[in-house]
Amino acid sequence: MLRVLGLVAVALALATPLKAEQVVAGLSQEAISITTNFAGSEILIYGAVRREEPPPGSAPMEVIVTVQGPSRAVTVRRKERRFGIWVNTDATRINEAPTFYAVSSTGPLDAILSQTEDLRHRITLARAIRAVGTGRTDQDVFNAALIRIRTQDAAYQLTEGAVRFREQTLFDTSIRLPANLTEGEYVTRIFLTRGGAVVDVYEQTIPVRKVGLERMIYTLAHERPLVYGLLSLFIAIAAGWMASALFRAIRR
Amino acid sequence: MQIYLPIAEVSVNAFLLLGLGGIVGILSGMFGVGGGFLMTPLLFFIGIPPAVAVATEANQIVASSFSGVLAHLKRKTVDLRMGTVLMLGGVVGAAIGVQVFAALTAIGQVDLLVKLCYVVFLGIIGTLMFFESLRAIRRARASGGVATPVRRHRTWMDKLPFKMRFRTSGLYISVIPPIAVGVFVGLLAAIMGVGGGFIMVPAMIYLLGMPTKVVVGTSLFQIIFVTGIATLLHATTNYTVDMVLAVLLLVGGVIGAQIGAAIGVKLKAEQLRILLAVMVLAVCGKLAFDLLVMPAELYGIAFDGAGH
Repeated sequence: MLRVLGLVAVALALATPLKAEQVVAGLSQEAISITTNFAGSEILIYGAVRREEPPPGSAPMEVIVTVQGPSRAVTVRRKERRFGIWVNTDATRINEAPTFYAVSSTGPLDAILSQTEDLRHRITLARAIRAVGTGRTDQDVFNAALIRIRTQDAAYQLTEGAVRFREQTLFDTSIRLPANLTEGEYVTRIFLTRGGAVVDVYEQTIPVRKVGLERMIYTLAHERPLVYGLLSLFIAIAAGWMASALFRAIRR
Repeated sequence: MQIYLPIAEVSVNAFLLLGLGGIVGILSGMFGVGGGFLMTPLLFFIGIPPAVAVATEANQIVASSFSGVLAHLKRKTVDLRMGTVLMLGGVVGAAIGVQVFAALTAIGQVDLLVKLCYVVFLGIIGTLMFFESLRAIRRARASGGVATPVRRHRTWMDKLPFKMRFRTSGLYISVIPPIAVGVFVGLLAAIMGVGGGFIMVPAMIYLLGMPTKVVVGTSLFQIIFVTGIATLLHATTNYTVDMVLAVLLLVGGVIGAQIGAAIGVKLKAEQLRILLAVMVLAVCGKLAFDLLVMPAELYGIAFDGAGH
């Protein structure tokens, strides 16, 4: 009995490190700082596939890269015409929707990724959004609307074929982050797939933080709101008085 | 030059904000309106989150109104006594308005109600003011260029108690109508996220019978206090006042307000009123159009959390 358990343990231990194909990757930026003149950023993601043996000849290897911002709950509302004017009538709450999500791949996702793997790793946009227990039969329509609106704002990006993959070994792609980023951990994931199945996953987080003046103002506003409010008022009154004094001086 | 706004969490062009502040500031100085009813929708349009736009706008109005009121104080066109009475009413109204706003937000129809409020009030005030000033201009022409002062008729208002003398306005009336006007304007101001000058100005002229020259300065005077309190409330409860956005808007705004006040002196009172009426009607028309015409995107996204 003990010997059997020992064999199982050895088999398990051997199974994990001995992956035939592994991804080795790097990012052009370790962290992103939001400064006063922040106008978006671009991350270059590059890497290679490490192989202990020649690749199996079956299906070609494909690469999928995702970058995901912090998730927030959102409410999606639908307008309908009532009494001649357009009014919000239906609403649904989506528990988890990433504030930023980009998917880049070597080919069309439905061809290089199976449904089961997508479900497991939540790779496509539709899977990255989570709405639980809304009880709506038309929840899909609201999810689609969220994806549509965010895609227009470049907060969600799907670029199939944007990952360059050379000799089944070297790959690189770049992902553009818009200026209106939410602070938090941005998770970059790289998937190697073959015949729709995920062979290996690589994950790295990029912290996105406000720094300097941006940080100071944000912290003051949230930790000392009264002081912040009074300071805002003081600036307003001072600016108003200064402009008035300036114009009086000019007229003289 | 792009600037990242720390509270709004968006990046916008600094010169665009300075320009917007300047234009709205000129209007503010000319007409004695805070300019919020123009600026708030403009901020939505350039992508500032509504909660931040409303709160920051209140802060900016403080600056432009203060700059404007100083210009008016120099010319002695501020009725301080009347302003104080209106302000007391306004503060009470604003406090009630914040509660009403919270209740509407809970129902989830606050956007629509705010817009309907805009359309209804801007429509009524714009139309009334437009035709009244048109008549006044015709009358002025008929009587050879000299505007005849409109004699106030004795009404039920003169029978109310607690009379007070407002020397600058040349009025001896009960304090009840000004307080009522203040409460009403404060209430609407809190719900609509504006200073309320565009309601206050016509109310002073037509309801209280104050002379137009005094109305602008007095309106600005009380707006400072109502929007000042609104700024503090927003900053402490919703954390939605964006200092960087406010500074950019108010630098343009305070300069604009000075220019506006100078232009306002050169124009005749009737001309001033007809211009304000046209502007109010234009904003009203735009908002009504948006409600009536099918929007390009039927769905909208709202964040849960701060301010909601």
